[in-house]
Amino acid sequence: MTTKNKPTKQKLTSILNSYERDPGMLVAILQDIQAEYNYLPKETLTHISQGLDVPLTQVYSVATFFKAFSLKPRGRHIINVCLGTACHVRGAGRVLEEIGRQLDIKPGETTKNFKYTMETVNCVGACALGPIVVIDGKYSGQLKTDKVKTLLESYD
Amino acid sequence: MAKRSNNRLSSPQALEALRESIIKARDSSQTCLVVCGGTGCLALGAADVIASFRRELKERGLESKVSLRVTGCPGFCERGPLVVIKPENILYQQVSSEDAAEIVSATVKGKIVDRLLYTDPDTKKKITYEHEVPFYKKQKRLLLGSNSNIDPNVIEDYLALGGYAALAKALSGMTPEAVIGEVKKAGLRGRGGGGFPAAVKWETCRNAEGDTRYIICNCDEGDPGAFMDRSLMEGNPHSVLEGMVIGAYAIGGHEGYIYVRNEYPLAVKNARIAIEQAEKLGLLGKNILGSGFDFSVKISRGGGAFVCGESTALMASLEGKVGEPRAKYVHTVEKGLWEQPTNLNNVETWANVPLIIKNGADWYGKIGSEGSKGTKIFSLVGKINNTGLIEVPMGVALKDIIYGIGGGIPDGKKFKAVQTGGPSGGCIPESLLNLPVDFDELDKAGSMMGSGGMIIMDENTCMVDIAKYFVNFLEGESCGKCLPCREGLKRMSQILADITEGRGKEGDIELLERLSAILIDTSLCALGSTAPNPVLTTLRYFRDEYEAHIKDRRCPAGVCKELVTYSIDEEKCPGCGLCVKACPSEAITDMGKKKPVVLDQEKCIKCDACYDVCKLGAIIRK
Repeated sequence: MTTKNKPTKQKLTSILNSYERDPGMLVAILQDIQAEYNYLPKETLTHISQGLDVPLTQVYSVATFFKAFSLKPRGRHIINVCLGTACHVRGAGRVLEEIGRQLDIKPGETTKNFKYTMETVNCVGACALGPIVVIDGKYSGQLKTDKVKTLLESYD
Repeated sequence: MAKRSNNRLSSPQALEALRESIIKARDSSQTCLVVCGGTGCLALGAADVIASFRRELKERGLESKVSLRVTGCPGFCERGPLVVIKPENILYQQVSSEDAAEIVSATVKGKIVDRLLYTDPDTKKKITYEHEVPFYKKQKRLLLGSNSNIDPNVIEDYLALGGYAALAKALSGMTPEAVIGEVKKAGLRGRGGGGFPAAVKWETCRNAEGDTRYIICNCDEGDPGAFMDRSLMEGNPHSVLEGMVIGAYAIGGHEGYIYVRNEYPLAVKNARIAIEQAEKLGLLGKNILGSGFDFSVKISRGGGAFVCGESTALMASLEGKVGEPRAKYVHTVEKGLWEQPTNLNNVETWANVPLIIKNGADWYGKIGSEGSKGTKIFSLVGKINNTGLIEVPMGVALKDIIYGIGGGIPDGKKFKAVQTGGPSGGCIPESLLNLPVDFDELDKAGSMMGSGGMIIMDENTCMVDIAKYFVNFLEGESCGKCLPCREGLKRMSQILADITEGRGKEGDIELLERLSAILIDTSLCALGSTAPNPVLTTLRYFRDEYEAHIKDRRCPAGVCKELVTYSIDEEKCPGCGLCVKACPSEAITDMGKKKPVVLDQEKCIKCDACYDVCKLGAIIRK
């Protein structure tokens, strides 16, 4: 996960075409673009609006409504702290605070060196292992506050 | 067989012939290592276990003698990674990649690796077989039971278990009306939360006017603490697909969608593969099994919005719009997706359909309670010994679930409450532990079935904090379209923050109750109108905890940070220094060996790190 290459027209067109330019697939298209660039660069939204023939306001409202999308560049490593109920009763709030303290960021923010972005997720469905943190898709379960530092240090 | 798989099956007879050939080619007495590849076990390192088994079998040249199957979740997440040796059903738990060699050696010699067996905490005896473990023994696993016999990416596994036979039966021998009649007689109620009779929905949709009819499977399992739909979709996607095709036939729909949360990448992948395989065999697509009936399914991924579990919001999102609900003067079965009649059911509801058609309504009607038929899958999580997924007949008493299957509360702590129904549900106290769990009884207790999350709370859980948690959750997820939900939840959240942070005042409780009544009466959709449930049930059963926060500025469970102080129990502290190392703010000082440590209140940030590491109970939190 890095802030990857700049969006090219070809790439965007191929994503739009893979969904047959169906406006109903807007969410999926945005997901693919975010997977490609790590966030939704401004010019991609304009391109989608033209490519699907839907107003830019609609593209923007969808992109800002859903939690999964970011309009700002994100860090190389995406930390997702699960705040599901099972994790909550097992102390996920304290884990979130500790990660935020170590990195000096709040949920949704990115560290200045673009190494980490910390986000929260409602539930990842691995409740048996709460509190759970997912970094770049890798799950770390039964995480207590005293293990946070070591976990963060294992990423470069 | 590979060649046949490329051919579309043109009739129910062709399906049966294929099934026979699959079963014939398999040796049911062959040893098979079944490894859970569900999300829970993967998070615990199952991928390494699978790789080690694969390597072992290859290096020893055992690949033709012993097979390896990676399956979906069998449910016992607490003890993962799980390995079952078939056909004997020997259960190994908490298996690591280092154990693979020993398991393979023992298995080929017909021996058992004792140390990896499950120990019954009551009798202290080792239990060899999966079906004898109390966690499984007390369940009735009509849906989840198949998971360990199926590699979700191999359609032949599903066919070998009789898969798609119900579809063949419906298409070849039943009219759409007869299918609806059978589901109605079975008494199937929607598993997504509301418990609406599925067949009534189907019938209304079938009779509604429109050019086309859409069939949707809701796998946007947004309730935190619930993961049954994920496990069905990951572990047995064909059962869901089969249910959808039968439903589409009954309703007269030709296009379907599976709406999956984006947080469930494995469910997306497995559903996608299942659709491709079913299409190849002619179980999906044009002219299914030669019947002339067409039905195709697309997958749509959600964008991480809880409100999209609401049917009208989900449909708006499927149209590429913001996931805002609309008022339901006109029901979605009449005007839903793209203004056409649309039938939406949840994953578990669809997975029940093939069972009903295959075994008949009379068989199904014998399972469950008077008003709620069949089984229900629950995710049993939180402060409970056996965390995992369980499936029981409707009507089982809460205490049988929590103590019988769940094995009670860890560390000898006292049970306080069980939260059911997700953020729209409520908390049920100890006095109601004999409550039979079905749609109607949970409603009466002020909670609801919801999609089936059951979060167990012990004496260290603060009920005001829980209410605050849910209200904050819903405040964040409120789409903002209607005022009562948008503003009401914000105010409720502020009041609860005041109470938990030591600024509570007299009248707060009554204000919460008044706001709740307004939200219930005036919100646009169910997110807002059910949002007060966690507050109302905690007020109903745990009012004294609210009062302790407000009047005494005290959190009885020791959770609310602003009302809690940490201190050292000098009698119990041996000065081991573990907490000194764990403390991120250097608030604890080591005073030398065998002398209790000293905690500086000024520096303490109440992060709980010391409380977590101290195994001697020498940190006092109250």
